[in-house]
Amino acid sequence: MPAASAAGARAQDRPATALRRSRLRALRRANWAGWLMVAPALLVYVIFVLQPLVITVQYSLYRWDGIGASQWVGLQNYVTVLTDQNFIQILTNAFQLILFFCVISVGLGLVVASLIRRVVTGRVGTAARTVLFLPQVIPLVAAGIAWSWVLALSGVVNQILGAIGLGGITQAWLGDFGTALPAVGLIGVWVLLGLCTVLLLTGMGKIDPALYESARIDGAGPVQEFWSITVPSLRNEIAVCITVTAIAALASFDIVYISTGGGPGLATMVPGLEIYQLAFVGQQVGLASALAVVLVLLVLIVVLPIQRMTGGEPL
Amino acid sequence: MQRREVVTGSLVLIVLMLVTLLPFISLFTTALHPSGSVPLGIDWPANPQWGNFARAFQVADMPVLLFSSTIIVVGVVPISVAISTMAGFAIGHLRIPGARALFLLFLLGLTLPLEGIITPLYYLVQSFGLLNTRLAIILPLIGLYMPFSVYWMRAHFVNMPSELSEAARVDGASTWDLFWRIHVPLARPAIASLTILLCVWTWNQFLLALVLVQDPTQRTMAGALGAFQGHYATNIPLLSAGALLILLPSLIVFLVFQRQFVAALLQGSVKG
Repeated sequence: MPAASAAGARAQDRPATALRRSRLRALRRANWAGWLMVAPALLVYVIFVLQPLVITVQYSLYRWDGIGASQWVGLQNYVTVLTDQNFIQILTNAFQLILFFCVISVGLGLVVASLIRRVVTGRVGTAARTVLFLPQVIPLVAAGIAWSWVLALSGVVNQILGAIGLGGITQAWLGDFGTALPAVGLIGVWVLLGLCTVLLLTGMGKIDPALYESARIDGAGPVQEFWSITVPSLRNEIAVCITVTAIAALASFDIVYISTGGGPGLATMVPGLEIYQLAFVGQQVGLASALAVVLVLLVLIVVLPIQRMTGGEPL
Repeated sequence: MQRREVVTGSLVLIVLMLVTLLPFISLFTTALHPSGSVPLGIDWPANPQWGNFARAFQVADMPVLLFSSTIIVVGVVPISVAISTMAGFAIGHLRIPGARALFLLFLLGLTLPLEGIITPLYYLVQSFGLLNTRLAIILPLIGLYMPFSVYWMRAHFVNMPSELSEAARVDGASTWDLFWRIHVPLARPAIASLTILLCVWTWNQFLLALVLVQDPTQRTMAGALGAFQGHYATNIPLLSAGALLILLPSLIVFLVFQRQFVAALLQGSVKG
């Protein structure tokens, strides 16, 4: 840009050239100052994010116990991560959690948001918005503690089941191979439902009410309205919800660490927790780093197509 | 609207609200049972042990935890907001040469899960000799917040009309004047939302605290709660009382600043 305007300036008459020059000088001064203003942010970002990211890739090519000498193993750690039964189960768990975190949170969020917006417009709706949002504010660790207790053998869930005559199916929900992962998934729904609801509500506020009126005149019921007006109009908000919940599922750590520790067996083990265990308990830094790189790529693979879909700014 | 629909809808919402509140209610009634007992999920005790809260307050070392978390928030948030506001201004409004490349570089970190870099972060912090200090949490967090914060502030500054700056330039304002006197005051709402978001995220940060700081009294609130659970996992009433106490500050702040909170978190997820 400065080069182009300098070339243009040469063709101009003198006063204009002088003006351009002083503008150019101001521009350069602004550039200088501008770079100084970016520098601190860039510096901490490079030191504490980009550098570790590069080192993760580097570690992933070695076998290293974190203390002694490291040994170059090429891509062997990646082969392990992508072919070993245990790792495949861990990655599968993460994708199953996506199903819960995304599908249920967003689906239920859509229902709740349209209820609040279109049906229950009074005080109950407002209260629901606040209450459902609560879990978003508290530390996930606290959510993990509370839910471990709710789902425990003598917890509320079993208490309620017993009270309605289903005492036969009570069990330690987080301790059973079959129910532990869905249980963790539902904790995720509990955390994310309010966020999705409020996000979708904001989107609904932008929908032209005339659309609903004309649908009413054509004799559409609430269900038809929902599918033919609400859902299509909320494409962007739904995409945001899916992005946020998918990242929350793939990168989940706090809740799993507190509520199950990945167990029983590997039933609820997720990549984030496995990275922590491998690196800081099992002293297999190389393997942990390979899994970390795979996790980073998985998040991108899942999130980028969703961003494309909305045609918004590239994320 | 038909009456039946309204009633059904209200019922659905009320059930969902009850489910949302269930864990809190269960924690509360459980916390009132005698320490060390194993009560039922929700069961009002014959003889409520309000003293459990006092005991949890003591064993969890609440004043120290509050102090530690506050120090970390104060160490992280103002600096993060200040440097990301400057960077967002330079990239979004001044459009310095290379602004687009810089922006993309910051975007690169936007979806990066912390677990992806936690291992090298540990060795990095160790090499700085900062393990087990609050700086071990503060410095990496500032770096980790940059992608989102710069993205956020740039989105604000990119929409500011350039005529405003040109007018100030003609009056002889320096770049810094332009930033500090004109644009920062106008950016106040964006800065406020960013501040709220970063405070919540810092307060609730767990993994960094778990990995980089052994001593719970040097951790964030969430990290300290993790340690508390480790110690008292078998004493369910005491654990419940402790968890509730540790929840309380977040809850109070949320209920007081509800509107700003929801708005900030919303914009945060829309833009993030």
